Amino acid sequence: MAEDTMFEALGDKSETLVIGSVTDLIFIEPLIREFQHANPTTAVVYRQMTSLDLYAAVAEACEAGDFFADAVISSAIPEQVRLVNDGCSEPFRFNLPADLPDWAAWRNELVGLTFEPAVIVYDREGLKPEEVPRNRFELVDLLRQTERFRGRIGTYDIESSGVGYIFAFEDAAQASTWGRLLESLGQNRAQLFCCSSDVIEGVRTGRLVLGYNVLGSYALARQEEDPRIGIIFPSDYTLALSRAALVSRHARNKRAANALIALALSDTGQRLLSGPSRLFSSLNGPEMLNRIDTGAGPSAEEAAFRPIALSPALLVGLDQAKRKAFLDQWRKSFQAGGGE
Amino acid sequence: MTNPRREATPGRSLSIAYRLTISLTLVLGLAVAATIYAAYGYGRQAANEAFDRLLQGAALQIAERIFVIEGDVRVDIPVSAFELLSLAKDERIFYRVTQPDGTTLTGDDDFPLPKADDIPEGGFTYEVDFGGERVRAHAMLRRLAERAVSGDIYIVVAHTTGSREQLARSMATQSVAVIAGAGFAILVLALLAMRYAMRPLERIQTAILERDPLDLSPFSMHAPDEVSALVASINRFMGRLDRRVRAMQDYVADSAHQIRTSITALRAHSELALDEDDPQRLKALHRRIRSRAIGLNRLTDQLLSHALVTHRADTAPLEPLDLRRIAVGAERDFVQLSGGRKLRIQLDLPEEPVMVQGDAFSLGEAVKNLLNNAHAHGKPPVAVTISSTGGRARIAVTDRGDGLPASDPAEVGKRFAINPNKPESAGLGLAIVREVAEFHNGRIVLEPQKGTFTISLDLPLATEGNAYL
Repeated sequence: MAEDTMFEALGDKSETLVIGSVTDLIFIEPLIREFQHANPTTAVVYRQMTSLDLYAAVAEACEAGDFFADAVISSAIPEQVRLVNDGCSEPFRFNLPADLPDWAAWRNELVGLTFEPAVIVYDREGLKPEEVPRNRFELVDLLRQTERFRGRIGTYDIESSGVGYIFAFEDAAQASTWGRLLESLGQNRAQLFCCSSDVIEGVRTGRLVLGYNVLGSYALARQEEDPRIGIIFPSDYTLALSRAALVSRHARNKRAANALIALALSDTGQRLLSGPSRLFSSLNGPEMLNRIDTGAGPSAEEAAFRPIALSPALLVGLDQAKRKAFLDQWRKSFQAGGGE
Repeated sequence: MTNPRREATPGRSLSIAYRLTISLTLVLGLAVAATIYAAYGYGRQAANEAFDRLLQGAALQIAERIFVIEGDVRVDIPVSAFELLSLAKDERIFYRVTQPDGTTLTGDDDFPLPKADDIPEGGFTYEVDFGGERVRAHAMLRRLAERAVSGDIYIVVAHTTGSREQLARSMATQSVAVIAGAGFAILVLALLAMRYAMRPLERIQTAILERDPLDLSPFSMHAPDEVSALVASINRFMGRLDRRVRAMQDYVADSAHQIRTSITALRAHSELALDEDDPQRLKALHRRIRSRAIGLNRLTDQLLSHALVTHRADTAPLEPLDLRRIAVGAERDFVQLSGGRKLRIQLDLPEEPVMVQGDAFSLGEAVKNLLNNAHAHGKPPVAVTISSTGGRARIAVTDRGDGLPASDPAEVGKRFAINPNKPESAGLGLAIVREVAEFHNGRIVLEPQKGTFTISLDLPLATEGNAYL
């Protein structure tokens, strides 16, 4: 299930850094290149999995005291918090930047590297400019008005995607619109996808008109290539997720793992993250996003970013009973919609 | 001319300032240490109380969200419960909710529970090791009394204790800084106060050092109560020294004068004798020369005796002795010294010993001088009587003469109070008696009666307790 990519050392190989991650390689590659530039004797193994598989693998290795990866970087931040809470990480050996926001770090063992808003994507050809919803209220209204979006809305399958689950869970906690939105999604037979990229691909190809709660990084990166993709930063609130990194307690190369994370937080790292990958940095994400021209619709400037804090409060979402109840409600909504 | 020599200073012990500094520092150090220890305890207690509230609050919030649906117990952990726990930033969080039958509803199912009996109504806080760290847990009961389910639901909420320790430490550190600062300030102030308090001593010391060695007048400075006794005793000592020095000067002057007068007389007589041809008058001159020589002899004897008695007054230890022995010894010496002259002295001694604290030599000299006086100036028979009444011992010499011309006791014993009619008398006899009486804490008592005259030395009787010291 793991997909390993090997980056050979630039010079004579003397050590290996294993990164466990959910990020598509193409996004993280500049960072790895830069890291190898600074550490020419280090070979890097990039082990990419889905967020839930990654968590399961790391947790299992942690419990058994085995090695799985030196650095673990995942967008499934509740699971990352869980790993830290369960003692699977160890404190960083470098000083976190002084201007790092409070929400972006926990216990000096977990740090948010990126700033990725949860956006709505739409097909510019499928939606008239005046129809483009600026926020969730307008989105719900739009979905209620017409049947033409039936089966043409995409969102995360929160049962299989950690990121989808955390976005949905935070939506439910943030506002009362969640219930109505869920109902509308169900009635419109929204299609469920494992990953942001699939939703975006659906919009790009015109198969989908709207994609809800898509990772802004992917959307912005794809928009560069294809202007058909429209991006909305909901003005009521825009969740922002920070890919969280930790150094495994059973890491074999703690030095390199620390160095990689420190690099990601450095000025160089910020520049790389704000580059074509559009991951942005937890240090200056909102500022950088404001400079981006999304073409049409509400820009990042209007967005009320609500970063999801790295905090043990996220553990509630992982509570067995809570999760079960939440998923039950989710499933019911979609079954109800499907049954119509 | 007399530089006070440094090496003559007596061996010094630790100065009062040094002792005070050491003991103040010790006492303050102990007090500060004890306060710091207490501060750590209070800090820990306060931190625990503060953070236990978070645990209690979270447990309560979870307990509220336990309900029974269709015979099943359901828990809906509220996010706010965990947000409350997150207020203790950077703490790992554990929780567990168990059903009446012991199965875990949700949470960490291996988290240790307290014994059921331990949990009172308001909840129970305990500490265990979990997940490789020390955690503090709060357990709470929720009693379910539904048709389908009844029994106790346990809610356990726990977190690691880093924040508590940090808070306790920071509280303690702050108070330690304050306490240590206050302690230091108190020490400095106490030392300043001590310097202020010690200043009179320095003043006295300076006054003594700066004083002309010949100046024996008393110090007139104001001394604090604690050292006024010291200053007073210095003044008394100086007074004594002054009197002694003056007495010595008088004595030397008087003695020189007496000796010179006698020698001048001797010379005059002998020169007269050289020019005298008349055997009759020559004989008379010889007699006078002899009489003068005897007088000079007695004068030198008495000067020596007086010097000895004076010296012994300062140095001889007072020992218990029997006055009867003194009387007997004095009588024997006196009879021996008077040589051929037939002298009769009547001794009247009690059966019991009469003990006084005294110097045998000095007392003996005193009695001999009294006897001498009685013989020289009184009329026989002479009697020596020893008696004791009411804590006083008395050695009395009685003759049948008229007694002293001046019967004022204050005048008795004045040196060189010479009867001009008796050139043999040196006038030192009673001075010696008086000196002896003074240094034995006694006095001279005169009792002129019809036909008799009694002069006695009245001394304190040695008490049983110190008689044989």
